[in-house]
Amino acid sequence: MIEVKNLTKTYGTFVAINDVSFQAKKGQILGFLGPNGAGKTTTMRIISGYMPASAGTVLVDDLDIFTQSLEARRRIGYLPENPPLYNEMRVEAYLRFAGRLRGVSRSGLDGALEHVIDVCGLKEVESRICGQLSKGFRQRVGLAGAIIHDPQVLILDEPTIGLDPRQIRDIRALIRELGGARTIVLSTHILPEVSQICDKVVIINEGHVVLEEGLDQLPAGTSLEDVFLNAIARERGHDDVEAEQELEEVGAGRSSAQ
Amino acid sequence: MRNALVIAGREIAAYFVQPIAYVVMTVFLLLGGWFFFALLRRFDLVQQMYLAMQNPQMLQRMNLNQMVIEPLLHNLAIVLVILVPAITMRTFAEEKRAGTYELLLTAPVRTGEVVAGKFIAAAVLILVMVALAGIFPLILVLFGNPELGVMFSGYLGLAFLGLSFVAVGLFTSSMTQNQIIAAISCFGALLLLYVISWPAETGGGGWSGLLRYLSLPEHFATMVRGLISTKDIIYFLSVIAVALFLTQRSVESVRWR
Repeated sequence: MIEVKNLTKTYGTFVAINDVSFQAKKGQILGFLGPNGAGKTTTMRIISGYMPASAGTVLVDDLDIFTQSLEARRRIGYLPENPPLYNEMRVEAYLRFAGRLRGVSRSGLDGALEHVIDVCGLKEVESRICGQLSKGFRQRVGLAGAIIHDPQVLILDEPTIGLDPRQIRDIRALIRELGGARTIVLSTHILPEVSQICDKVVIINEGHVVLEEGLDQLPAGTSLEDVFLNAIARERGHDDVEAEQELEEVGAGRSSAQ
Repeated sequence: MRNALVIAGREIAAYFVQPIAYVVMTVFLLLGGWFFFALLRRFDLVQQMYLAMQNPQMLQRMNLNQMVIEPLLHNLAIVLVILVPAITMRTFAEEKRAGTYELLLTAPVRTGEVVAGKFIAAAVLILVMVALAGIFPLILVLFGNPELGVMFSGYLGLAFLGLSFVAVGLFTSSMTQNQIIAAISCFGALLLLYVISWPAETGGGGWSGLLRYLSLPEHFATMVRGLISTKDIIYFLSVIAVALFLTQRSVESVRWR
């Protein structure tokens, strides 16, 4: 369970995110959507405890990520946009390190390692050097490192970026599998990804939330693309031209807006 | 502490896999061997000169510790001024650039443990280097008659000196994500600590006393001469403590910005 309450983050005078609030209940997969530069990574870094917000709080299983940081961080598995791999390490050694660092006991390590290697399909690369892996495997090793301590909460920053279609399909299937009892927040700017794997969508634009809705509560017959573009266009005061540009930026496709 | 050791273990493995450790140790021992050879040749030459001059008093006064080990240790200290920035520059800077910093800082680990782990790893490397340089006195012991206590004190001094350098290096690395900036600012800081007492020779009063106290070689030289005093040990320990504290603050500051 994640509760994000009124998060604001400023860098000097630049406001990265402004009063962002949303919730992901236990077992939910939340899709965190927004154009590039909308503040997704900033929000996820704050949720994961990498940096603090200028204002507002994040509760992970009712633990405050700032004041009860160690306890809260123990429950989180965080995969940054670039998988945090040590390029000189072998995959197995890296996963052991990630496990120990994230609090897996010495006795539980072998089992946890075997489990993530199996779940993430890393059998064939376990003795390879991280620096020589393809992008797809790097992503999977990063994910394995993020789930090795069996966290209740997973924060995944653009987990499918830069992968080929088959790898994307595999990672999505994996995320769905991981769902179940866990709470997952995943950011993306690929809309179909959200409709395929998420239960809930939060759309963020220029640093604030423009929509928070269960996927099943979206009006029947409207595609997520329409919802997304409408939400962002509303922000821009119904300016069709700008909505059009936005659409280009998002790379979401044709002008089905409005 | 457990976490610090986990981090230290990974760091040490990285030193040896990459293979920074081997290169650094080779350079250190090669240069050390060259100094040792040169100093020993000089010792030999002076001895033969006195023998030829039939000067028994001077022969009596010749001292392996003063003529070989002391200058050797001072030379090795200078080599450390150059090598330590190269060892420590990657510690934090590389992690920031590679993105692994996010793994370290989002794991349930205190920043103090991260700093301690990195310090332990670099310290192990330095201590191994100093221990390997123990080959030189060992040769003297086998073929001559040097004073053991004085040599031990000198090597202890070299170890403390190396550890202080490492702590300063961790601090400079923690402030940047550029390894070259980390190395150069560490080198600058170490060199400054080395020459900081130079104006003290011309000045007077409390000012020069302070500069002398801050100067690394002053404390190191005392130990090289064979005097282990609490004052010098406290000096080295405080350099280490202050630098590590600043490192911890600097790492933590990611969380304030």
